[in-house]
Amino acid sequence: MPRASLFVPCYIDTLFPEAAIAMTRVLERVGVDLDFPRSQTCCGQMHVNTGYADDVDHLVRNFLNVFEHAEHVVAPSASCVATVRHMYPDMAKRSGDPALIEAVDAFTPRVKEFSEYLVDDLGITDVGASFPHSVAYHPACHATRLLGVGDRPLQLLRNVAGIRLKDMPRANECCGFGGTFAVKNAEISAAMLADKVADVIHAGAEVVVASDNSCLMHIAGGLQRQRTAVRTLHLAEVLASQEGVPA
Amino acid sequence: MSDARIPLPFHEAAPRALDDGQLRRNLANVTSSIREKRAAMTSEMPDWEALRDAGKAIKEHTLANLGHYLEQLEASVTAAGGTVHWARDADEANRIVRDLVRETGTRDVVKVKSMTTDEIHLNEALAEDGVTAIETDLAELIVQLAHEPSSHILVPAIHKNRSEIRALFLEAFDLDPSELSDDPAALAGAARRFLRERFLTAKVAVSGANFAVADTGTLCVVESEGNGRMCTTLPDTLITVMGIEKVVPTWRDLEVFLQLLPRSSTAERMNPYTSFWTGVREGDGPQTFHLVLLDAGRSATLRDEAGRDTLRCIRCSACLNVCPIYERVGGHAYGSVYPGPIGAILTPQLRGAKQDGELPYASTLCGACYEVCPVKIDIPSILVEMRRRTVHKERAESRLPATSLIDAALRGAAVAFATPRRYEAAQRLARIGQAPWVRKGVLKNLPGPLAGWSDARDLRAIPKQAFRDWWRERDEKQEMDA
Repeated sequence: MPRASLFVPCYIDTLFPEAAIAMTRVLERVGVDLDFPRSQTCCGQMHVNTGYADDVDHLVRNFLNVFEHAEHVVAPSASCVATVRHMYPDMAKRSGDPALIEAVDAFTPRVKEFSEYLVDDLGITDVGASFPHSVAYHPACHATRLLGVGDRPLQLLRNVAGIRLKDMPRANECCGFGGTFAVKNAEISAAMLADKVADVIHAGAEVVVASDNSCLMHIAGGLQRQRTAVRTLHLAEVLASQEGVPA
Repeated sequence: MSDARIPLPFHEAAPRALDDGQLRRNLANVTSSIREKRAAMTSEMPDWEALRDAGKAIKEHTLANLGHYLEQLEASVTAAGGTVHWARDADEANRIVRDLVRETGTRDVVKVKSMTTDEIHLNEALAEDGVTAIETDLAELIVQLAHEPSSHILVPAIHKNRSEIRALFLEAFDLDPSELSDDPAALAGAARRFLRERFLTAKVAVSGANFAVADTGTLCVVESEGNGRMCTTLPDTLITVMGIEKVVPTWRDLEVFLQLLPRSSTAERMNPYTSFWTGVREGDGPQTFHLVLLDAGRSATLRDEAGRDTLRCIRCSACLNVCPIYERVGGHAYGSVYPGPIGAILTPQLRGAKQDGELPYASTLCGACYEVCPVKIDIPSILVEMRRRTVHKERAESRLPATSLIDAALRGAAVAFATPRRYEAAQRLARIGQAPWVRKGVLKNLPGPLAGWSDARDLRAIPKQAFRDWWRERDEKQEMDA
């Protein structure tokens, strides 16, 4: 039986627990033995990306301690996984601590984004989901460009019974969230969001799906403000959905 | 370097640009069409990734041995009859060019489009001697006539449409409205008549350089119009100002860059005009050639391990065209001759003005720039590093930024996230503390810097149960059931 430890980023734990619950359900359904180390807090992405990397060295060490014995670490967020895989090595290097550098190098390849873990490590593209709705997929920037998850989320979505995938214009363009960018450069962020919302509406789907709640939080914020009926769901929520157990 | 000509900081300039609908439409039209063309021109190349790797490798090798190749270039140019000058900074480069122009006794200089001479504000320096430098690249001429800086590395007048250009030409060329339509061919014709006179009379031309070949002493300029070639062939004296990072070791290295550059920049298989010149030749072209090698912060950037990759840039501007921020605010908002993603990392390093510290924040870190960069500069990673330096600088000067509440919040969060106990306490506190702003399950009219969010977006209120609470509850239930 494959074993994995859940890494549930702070904002998903607090704001979007349903995405992590859905990920738990999908992984358990395909036979993964899961644990959730409760001593985890935050990977430090917001700090690192805003220029405060030197304030959160302790979060790197904490993260390594928490997941030290994990076979695999799986998270429902591409950007937090990208922080661990791409930023931790830089931070360790800057700390000048050889033990930390070695630990980070050995550890980070075991940290996987949800769709990577399903497709690459478990070799599964059909999780037995059913979701009879039209869906537009938003490829989150950090999933596609930093992690290179490619079409893994789409492979999983294509095998969902009843799903109708809709093309979205300029799907690869950033929604304008960018973490603290959305408050530091709020006007530009809002202008980007307006265009993304227009593209979502143009796609004509009932639901927008992404592999990161951060983009979804932003896109949902715009969709709701404009009183549209389009919903946002995390990829895991669609994959957790089954006949009689809808998302 | 302090510079009185530095315009508004980004956080003030960007919202103004956003409000300019005409600018937004011009930008969206041009960037989206050039994006599509670039994608087509690069995807038809089976070895595009190998070319990018080769471009990166050549630049890395050259930068690692820059002193050697620059000395070789100096020797080759000198042997071919040119004169090489070394300039530590913008002032020194401007002084060298001013002295050279003064020696010729001319009052009119024609210019080849050049980022480097924009960077050092050469035209303004020449104007102090009463020398008029006419930009001969059509788009550069347009922004010069409009008394504006360029807003794009490659398409400096990207922010102007043809009716705006027609109005400029009518006034500058003293034409009757009946003499000029806004047809692009008519506009180009009017500019051509104006420029041809200058080409035929100018005694001195000033250019930049896309590349300089160390072992032959050959300079290279790529362009679309042929006006650059007029400048490099007709006048008696040619002065080239070039950043020291533009040198390549051998002629053969150009094979790589002359494929990477046009496909990345203008989305062409080959640019219409590629001019090479090596020193001087009796009876053919300029009889005097000067090469000014400009440092202006480049050596310092080269010494900096985290920033040096920036120097690989070949000024193709592909990163501008794919950048969603650039597309919305245009080049002027960056307040630098180098706008967009590359400008956001280059400007703080080369210019280093106080306000340049906010440029690295003009990005969502979406990574579109890195994806297209022909020499694979990891711009997002350098942006993050430049942000770290901004925070350090501001703390060292105890100058909190305009968004100091964000600074306080992040410092607080770093402490709160240190232990799970504190983290869970913060979580509960946020759930209780949000109450004043919750309306029907949605957070509205948020305070402080969060107002920027709630001005344009809703945010769902924090739910009662965190994932960790759900997990614990389930665990306890499973234990009881067992």
